[in-house]
Amino acid sequence: MTRSIGRRAVTTVFVACFVALALAAWSPAPAVAATRIQHIRTPGGIEAWFVQDATVPLIAMQYAFAGGASQDPDGKAGVSTLVAGLLDEGAGELDSRHFRERLDRRAIELSFNSTRDHLRGSLRMLKDNREEAFGLLRLALTAPRFDSKDVERIRAQVISNLRRQTTDPNSLASLKLLAVEYGKHPYGRPTSGTLDSVPTITIDDLRNYVGRVVAKDTLKIAVVGDIAPDELSRLLDDTFGGLPAKSHLTPVPDIAAAQPPQRFMVPLDVPQTVVAYGGPGIMRHDPDFMAAYVVNHILGGGSLTSRLYHEVREKRGLVYSVYQYLAWMAHSSLFIGTTATRADRASETVETIDREIRRMAESGPTQDELDTAKSYLKGSQMLALDTSSKLASGLLQYQIDSLGIDYLEKRNGLVDAVTLDDARRAAKRLWGHGITTVIVGRTPQAVVRPTAATPATKAN
Amino acid sequence: MISLRRSALAPVAAGALLAACLAGSPAAIADDAKPANPSVNQAASRPANQPATFALANGLRIVVIPDHRTPVVTQMIWYKVGSADETPGKSGLAHFLEHLMFKGTARHPQGEFSQTVLKVGGNENAFTSADYTGYFQRVPRAQLARMMEFEADRMTGLVLKDENVLPERDVVLEEYNMRVANNPVARLGEQIMAALYLNHPYGRPVIGWHHEIEKLNREDALAFYRRFYAPNNATLVIAGDVEAAEVRKIAERTFGKVAAQPSISARRVRPQEPEPTAPRTVTLADPNVQQPILKRYYLVPSAVTASPEESAALNVLAQLMGSGSNSRLYRALVVDHPLAVTASAGYQGTALDPTQFVVAAAPKPGVTFAATEAVIDEVIADMQAHPVAAEELERAKTQLVAEAIYAQDNQTTMARWYGAALTVGLSVADIQGWPGRVKAVTAAQVQEVARKWLRKQRSVTGYLIKDTTPKNEEKRS
Repeated sequence: MTRSIGRRAVTTVFVACFVALALAAWSPAPAVAATRIQHIRTPGGIEAWFVQDATVPLIAMQYAFAGGASQDPDGKAGVSTLVAGLLDEGAGELDSRHFRERLDRRAIELSFNSTRDHLRGSLRMLKDNREEAFGLLRLALTAPRFDSKDVERIRAQVISNLRRQTTDPNSLASLKLLAVEYGKHPYGRPTSGTLDSVPTITIDDLRNYVGRVVAKDTLKIAVVGDIAPDELSRLLDDTFGGLPAKSHLTPVPDIAAAQPPQRFMVPLDVPQTVVAYGGPGIMRHDPDFMAAYVVNHILGGGSLTSRLYHEVREKRGLVYSVYQYLAWMAHSSLFIGTTATRADRASETVETIDREIRRMAESGPTQDELDTAKSYLKGSQMLALDTSSKLASGLLQYQIDSLGIDYLEKRNGLVDAVTLDDARRAAKRLWGHGITTVIVGRTPQAVVRPTAATPATKAN
Repeated sequence: MISLRRSALAPVAAGALLAACLAGSPAAIADDAKPANPSVNQAASRPANQPATFALANGLRIVVIPDHRTPVVTQMIWYKVGSADETPGKSGLAHFLEHLMFKGTARHPQGEFSQTVLKVGGNENAFTSADYTGYFQRVPRAQLARMMEFEADRMTGLVLKDENVLPERDVVLEEYNMRVANNPVARLGEQIMAALYLNHPYGRPVIGWHHEIEKLNREDALAFYRRFYAPNNATLVIAGDVEAAEVRKIAERTFGKVAAQPSISARRVRPQEPEPTAPRTVTLADPNVQQPILKRYYLVPSAVTASPEESAALNVLAQLMGSGSNSRLYRALVVDHPLAVTASAGYQGTALDPTQFVVAAAPKPGVTFAATEAVIDEVIADMQAHPVAAEELERAKTQLVAEAIYAQDNQTTMARWYGAALTVGLSVADIQGWPGRVKAVTAAQVQEVARKWLRKQRSVTGYLIKDTTPKNEEKRS
């Protein structure tokens, strides 16, 4: 049947709406894989992390150019999203139709997406199709067509999506939260642009963006699969070797997220109220990062046992999903939480979350909670990277985070080293000022109107 | 490409929950959150990863799918019971029980199982569909025996108290609010399904109707549990770094101790659909709709009710018609005459009883549904009148077959394909033979299934529109 419903949706749409930010939630890799990561430097000077694995006859590659939505010109938010949507729509002699036919004929999966800080690409193929796959990628990166017909088609899709967001509570909550946290900084802009900006984007804007961003100096690559290192090296040179040596990026200033506590209400007539909250996080290179990661896991991480899960869902039945994660970018960091509840219980939900967050900030976790979380985070290493694509994404993220090729071997030691004092200190830093909250739903007045008390509502 | 293309509009074509999420569409969640792949049984076999199957004396069927890349295993237990097996008036009960299965047993009180999974870094969850209910854990290999003990224990040992059951019902109602009430596309889907199935319980939403969910109670849940949860009504799938012999040993001393329930019939018999005779339409209006959507569901055979050739041909037809930007519908509606923002088609074959072939499109502003539908009808008429060109057919088949290889990269995907297919009544041979059957599909067969099944009287067309009527009172959904 078409519909099947899970018990819990930790990876809610809401989380996905923070595309750029959603890179945070997962953690490291198989000890097995750690020992096998090779650092490749091609004759042409392209660098990649590589795990050779012939279990399944496929090759998965993930790569990124620094840039992303933060490189959209002023007033042109959405350029990078359009670029990502169009790089696989025809290149060189091949128009969109023929380019996609070539991909389809060999079931090659080639796609791009834009996060706040990176233009990212993904390529997956059966190993016998590697020449064709890498060849088409080279073409896409070096000679994208941006035919006006295709630009208009993809623009229409982006605009349709943006229009939907105007009445989608999850989108409204995430957009408002980021706007509040970052104001006019590029991180405060919607990654995929606005209904004002997207119609003004020209084909020249797209070409300029590619010219500034798609270059070798910021390129990071991770490959996993059934291919010999020498051959991979040759394919990487063929694919990326012809790109310009240097990118031309507009500097993005560092910024701290807005100081909590603050509260915002976005009125929208929907049955369920959506809540997003957050505040300044801890940067990836901060010495307290791992302690923050651990203590966030205890408070609201993606398990069926976090404090928030227990207090808000299990004990009070207020929500289906409550989840909180750390997000880090090149120039800032956040903690972000999301949940949703019945309009007349929104206040109770927000108060419960706020209380738990303050309690954690004041007293930190217990030793037992800390031990359990550390045990989880160490064990989960093996599970997080169990497919070629997940492993490639992980290896790319470690490069983006400047963690070093031996990070996987070191990581459990870093988790183990977190003490109760570290966790308390990190909790205080993260949540000592409370939270900035965005609530999207019916206004409290509408909720208490007598008409709301239809049979659909029930006593607790 | 923009992910939108794969989002709300192709409920049965999209992949698992995560894929739906990443498509960035709230609409996708409710419709797409299904564990199994659209195309039934795409799991190809490779000699190295050849699954082993066997049964215990109490009737529990076990499948072991080896994957030795990382020292991780996935345990998934599939019960042959879903929302279509509920008693009328108790809609949502299968899913409610799924939630309550985390409330502990006499031997292991609430939280112990989850804490154990957590301590070893594992993860767990559960899912419910019209045909099955499943529970899984992914853990380091060394923990498998422990997981099997817990899972065997809760097959019959569940203890429910009102203090656990009632807050959980509120949780389910919030899940309903999230997936359905807040989501006009999902509500349209519910209405289409209800109109498509005149007699079969597939017309009921898996999550249930709100007014029935809120009356479910502890006794309902326990009665349902006792009636359906037994080794002879389940399939256990173990995928990962493990061998069949080891699994068998552990299974015998855990699940093997649970008594069979001979009263459960091996075959599930539900009221069947009469031959459809009238095309139907439904229109859902909501003030928050910004993008109108058209969806048409045809009642078509599932992989279980069709002949094997026919089911594979329906998979190929869906691929040709509506998968990707060179598919017939996308080209006709989005590229050649730009009438729509996106268009797609999909076929969900993994079902016990007759299922749906779905066509969807999102018209551009100012384009009528009639104009959109006229093009859809032309595309379908063309597929019925003319055999597809050899090259186009090859391309579609290649992509479907490749999915089976890509699937091997993910042990959870493999476990889900096997679990779902076996639970609805397909065999391991059916699953492994799927790529071969796809390769054998001819242009004439595609044309034939299009003629036979894509007939208007077999369909419901749903329209999602913006409600512009002035609002006098608070609306409840």
